[in-house]
Amino acid sequence: MALEIRGISKAFGRFPALKNVSLQAHDKEFLALLGPSGSGKTTLLRVLAGLETPDAGEVNFGGEDFLSLPVRKRRVGMVFQHYALFRHMTVAQNIAFGLSVRPRAERPSKEAVKARVSELLSLVQLDGLEKRFPTQLSGGQRQRVALARALAIEPRMLLLDEPFGALDAQVRRELRRWLRELHDRAGVTTVFVTHDQEEALDLADRVAILKDGELKQLGRPNEVYENPADPFVYDFLGAACRMPGVVHGGRLTVADWETKAPVGAPDGAVEVFFRPDEVTFAPSDGAGLAAEVRAIAARGPDVRIECLIEGRIVELEAHGPTLPPGVAPGLSLRIKPLRPKVYAGAA
Amino acid sequence: MTTAAIAARPRRPSSLRRPGIAPVLILASIAVMAGLVILPLLTVFRDALAKGVPAYLAAIREPDARAAIRLTLIVAAISVPLNALFGVAAAWSVTKFEFKGKAALLTLIDLPFSISPVISGLVWVLLFGAQGWFGTWLADHDVKIIFALPGLVLATILVTLPFVARELIPLMQAQGSDEEAAALTLGASGFTTFWKITLPNIRWALLYGVLLCNARAMGEFGAVSVVSGHIRGQTTTLPLHVEVLYNDYDFVGAFAAASLLASLGLITLVLKTALEWRHSGELAAARKP
Repeated sequence: MALEIRGISKAFGRFPALKNVSLQAHDKEFLALLGPSGSGKTTLLRVLAGLETPDAGEVNFGGEDFLSLPVRKRRVGMVFQHYALFRHMTVAQNIAFGLSVRPRAERPSKEAVKARVSELLSLVQLDGLEKRFPTQLSGGQRQRVALARALAIEPRMLLLDEPFGALDAQVRRELRRWLRELHDRAGVTTVFVTHDQEEALDLADRVAILKDGELKQLGRPNEVYENPADPFVYDFLGAACRMPGVVHGGRLTVADWETKAPVGAPDGAVEVFFRPDEVTFAPSDGAGLAAEVRAIAARGPDVRIECLIEGRIVELEAHGPTLPPGVAPGLSLRIKPLRPKVYAGAA
Repeated sequence: MTTAAIAARPRRPSSLRRPGIAPVLILASIAVMAGLVILPLLTVFRDALAKGVPAYLAAIREPDARAAIRLTLIVAAISVPLNALFGVAAAWSVTKFEFKGKAALLTLIDLPFSISPVISGLVWVLLFGAQGWFGTWLADHDVKIIFALPGLVLATILVTLPFVARELIPLMQAQGSDEEAAALTLGASGFTTFWKITLPNIRWALLYGVLLCNARAMGEFGAVSVVSGHIRGQTTTLPLHVEVLYNDYDFVGAFAAASLLASLGLITLVLKTALEWRHSGELAAARKP
């Protein structure tokens, strides 16, 4: 079912956590809410779950006014950052909780609950752990129990708060793919919160980037990565190099390098952004930004090159083969950003 | 001593670790405990049994003593559940919700700890006594609070107010409200959430708080003394009964009653230790500063 959020605002005391946020998620879409801590992404998720009441705005889900429904009537499956498993219940009891608290008339029989629990346990690949208590599980296992518990109520929407936040890097990557497959199989609209841009870009159908309670950009991963709406988004989505520049008459000038300005670039003083791995190197008498190599460090096939450009230290990345031979500390050369992005700003 | 043995011996810079110091300190602690705690406790039982077991039993079975025991149990039976209820409600509201005046409420909960119990009794006299604010009205309507059971209960409730709440608040703060939120999203009602999630999570700390609250409710002297009026057989609780008998030079009677209170203390201690032993983790969270 499609989700539509319109003009949600929420303040905690004097601190505004969400400012007039509007966004939509399509039916069965996997939407990421991405932002640094304090950006309001978790608050927005809790508004969707019904755990926070917004000061203004509307939430419409599948044609229904969601805000008028109490938490327990929304039928959303929420996975909390620290899982919030019921510590005094076994894994099986945790998963069965949502079914066991249904009104007597709608409650499935004991056998049906048991069957559902083992079905869900095998879905999250935890067969045989029914009798364990949460403290006897690893972080990754707890996370999957939390997910199974949320899925047990056949949720109309899945809400995941930093689902991988408390896991180490390796488990994170494994679970990421698995979660995506699970989403595709379950076929429910999923909203997940993360501060990890790589995770969001890798996993989501679309990414909503928030900062200070405001929605900065909403789009497909490659869209937002290729065309960040503003310097914040550019910086947040990956490593960025920035230089002051000037745009005049369709030409961009950065230091002594002049090139064609990107389409739609504003005239006047601008900030020029480029990714440290999207550059080509040229000899010092060629075209590009004059740079002096300060240090080189090889990391497998990738090479990190620390350069001095216009009095600033800039870290560039190159793949071994694209690096011209003979690059060594002290060498002067020219750097040509392949796809500079230009934002109006102070020179 | 060989050089190897010297090298193997860990260096202990503290002079406290010198041989001989530790036993002295341990013995000193034991001596202090024996002199200040165990000796008086033994004295209570010895003096209670000074004239033999029959005299002891007679002192306990005597009508005034039985009335005092009954009154003490009634007062505790009313005030402990009420304070348990209040403690859970206060801890619940303070830890699971944000509201104005939360800090003030927290301070107020601690107030009975910081004021003298005599004052906790006196306030009720000032409010409901014959010369008190509501004294005339109560007299006109023939309601007796001071020098009667309601006064004793009020004074006891006030004195024992913080016990349960103080045990629960740090634990519930440490536990947060994520589990409750999870239960709600899974379709549980507020009551079900409390009954199936919150209460099981706090049960041992709650029991612990109730135990402490009960021990204090039965043992309270100061506050109860002010509102009691010391009417024998009617408004004297066990601690007051001890005082009355002692002032009458009825030492066997006084110590017999005191031995009951001491036993109550010992039983509380055993239960408390058992709880701490079985659920140390949970209770440790409750006692974090």
